[in-house]
Amino acid sequence: MKIHKTVSMLTAGMLLSLGAITALAGDTIKVGTFLAVTGPASFLGDPELKTLQMYIDEVNAAGGVDGKMVELIHYDTGGNAKEAVNFVKRLIQKDKVDVIVGGSTSGTTLAVMPLVDSSKVPFISLAGAVSIIHPVQKWTFKTPHTDAMAAAKIFGDMQRRGITRVALISGSGGFDKSGRAQSLELAPQYGITIVSDESYGAKDTDMTAQLTKIRDTDAQAILNFGFGTGPAIVTKNVRQLGITLPLYQSHGVASKKYIELAGDAAEGVRLPAAALLVADQLPDSDPQKAVLVAYKSKFETAHGDVSTFGGHAYDGLYMALEAIDRANSTDKAKVRDEIEKTTGFIGTGGIFNMSPTDHLGLGIDAFKMLEIKNGDWTIIQ
Amino acid sequence: MSYLRGFYLLTAAALLLPLVFPDNYYVTVVGVTAALHAILAVSLNLLMGYAGQISLGHAGFFGIGAYASAILTTRYGWNPWPAILAGLVLTGIIAFALARPILRLKGHYLAMATLGLGIIINIVLVQTGELTGGPDGLGGIPTLSLFGWNVNSDLRWYIVIVCVMLLVVWLALNIINSRSGRALRALHGSEVAAEMMGINTTATKTGVFVLAALIASLAGSLFAYQQSFVSPDSFSFFFSIELVTMVVLGGMASTYGAIMGAVILTFLPELLVVFEEYEVMIFGAILMLMMIFLPQGLFVGIQSLLRRVGRNRSELAGPDTGEPEESGRGAA
Repeated sequence: MKIHKTVSMLTAGMLLSLGAITALAGDTIKVGTFLAVTGPASFLGDPELKTLQMYIDEVNAAGGVDGKMVELIHYDTGGNAKEAVNFVKRLIQKDKVDVIVGGSTSGTTLAVMPLVDSSKVPFISLAGAVSIIHPVQKWTFKTPHTDAMAAAKIFGDMQRRGITRVALISGSGGFDKSGRAQSLELAPQYGITIVSDESYGAKDTDMTAQLTKIRDTDAQAILNFGFGTGPAIVTKNVRQLGITLPLYQSHGVASKKYIELAGDAAEGVRLPAAALLVADQLPDSDPQKAVLVAYKSKFETAHGDVSTFGGHAYDGLYMALEAIDRANSTDKAKVRDEIEKTTGFIGTGGIFNMSPTDHLGLGIDAFKMLEIKNGDWTIIQ
Repeated sequence: MSYLRGFYLLTAAALLLPLVFPDNYYVTVVGVTAALHAILAVSLNLLMGYAGQISLGHAGFFGIGAYASAILTTRYGWNPWPAILAGLVLTGIIAFALARPILRLKGHYLAMATLGLGIIINIVLVQTGELTGGPDGLGGIPTLSLFGWNVNSDLRWYIVIVCVMLLVVWLALNIINSRSGRALRALHGSEVAAEMMGINTTATKTGVFVLAALIASLAGSLFAYQQSFVSPDSFSFFFSIELVTMVVLGGMASTYGAIMGAVILTFLPELLVVFEEYEVMIFGAILMLMMIFLPQGLFVGIQSLLRRVGRNRSELAGPDTGEPEESGRGAA
């Protein structure tokens, strides 16, 4: 009998504490996130997490959303798809989050999408690939520009300069491969022929072999889709070989680090990038300017140099919180519907107008075409 | 059948858990991953622990199984079951073809060769993007179904993967206690001596290498259906290292040790997430302490610790009882 008593007391205790936990949960809005804070993609996850923490503190200091405090639950995936799936299961089943904002890399995002769809939890991804929103999946949204948009912006600029023959060189990473595929697909629409399609490995330290081949073609410009140190080496090698063709980079190099690495060779390089990089240079009439300058100064006072990746997290977080605010509840279906109805939301990535057929809601004008002049970005259109 | 006593205990525990906690995250989600890791660790242990042949490329075979199933079902519309079989056949052929040249090497050279093998498989998965989906991975993989019973919930996956794990453990235990198992251990002790005893060392090594690869391939196929998504980073060099760590941590040449290593290495990170940025540091410290104080591995270490305690007790009770003879399956 003694055992029986202990067991029933234990059960009662457990039930009580469970009750207490659910009561607490009712008073907070739970935002779940899974980011690559460590590992090779940490340059994405680190500013994203810092941004989320910083702004959730700010929202809570201002009284929360609908009088409820916002709670952030974070797990570090290290950029690993398998970990991401497990952590998202944990967020949904154990932590019972109301909305998920996360997924630094396309791989981790694509891996969790079937799970998010079957569990019916609104999910805003922070990863680039166009396959996340095309075809549209009911519960998945995203905030970063796609590689297809970058390619379109670049080809648009080339068209204006009368360039029709382009040499493509790209790396072997996920971003590079996806960008290369989008470039090959989009080029004909802009009357552009890809005359050379070279690639390099993730750890290569010299691309002169590929560039020598490109020099022997009749290309009028070089397009490099890549991430990390690769593009900086390509940029240096192009100038070392005395190639004077215009060099285009993707938004993958949109950080000061690239200019530092490539040095003088980066002069004259053009790339599409989010307006965040050139926030201070925007005219005061630009509707994004206030948001951009505020984000930039807040991030830079707390953590140092701003990157567009943290900006994506800012956009995702506020889009989710505003949707919860409009829905006046954390009911997942209602919140999802409200995210889909987002219109005129001014974020760091651009002005978002979501719809049932567009779960990104950014136009090609969300990118600015930049040129590197005197070691800094300049807006050319 | 005394060597199967532990197996019955394991079966009872594994099957009782979901009955007691049918909807517990740690059982039906982390438990499935742990069981999958256990399958891989037990197969690797046959090769490493018993035959003494190190392999740093085990994740590669796991990847071949996963991608064979993923590609055949999504790109060619195969039924999942023949796709598993096709993965096994492909893995078998590759493992068999590579076994002879690779297993001729010893020590560091064998480690290097298997390491290279794992990395090459990973590079192929990344580079053949048209087929494998490249670094972004491949999604939309259908789930398994058994006579109309769809394996579509965490609990059902737990049942399937745990059953396969039990089958693999049973197989491993039987092999170890058979003539070929003794041959493997003889091989581990000394290859020359084993040959002198009339053991065909080449055939034995090839056999165990292919068997371990086949089990890994089966686990890979199950993994692909369970996740419905595969990407190359799940089959990287680092995962091979993780598997080796599981085997070493649990205790080489002990099937239960391998399972213990797999379970601990799967659950520890899950439990340590509360420490956030200190997680990795604490994780590393725990592993280090375990290896310092239980160098033969957790399972074997705890076993001998218990035996020593038992002996002290019996010495207190009376000098004549002596220690009970354990069935000889300690570390060689």
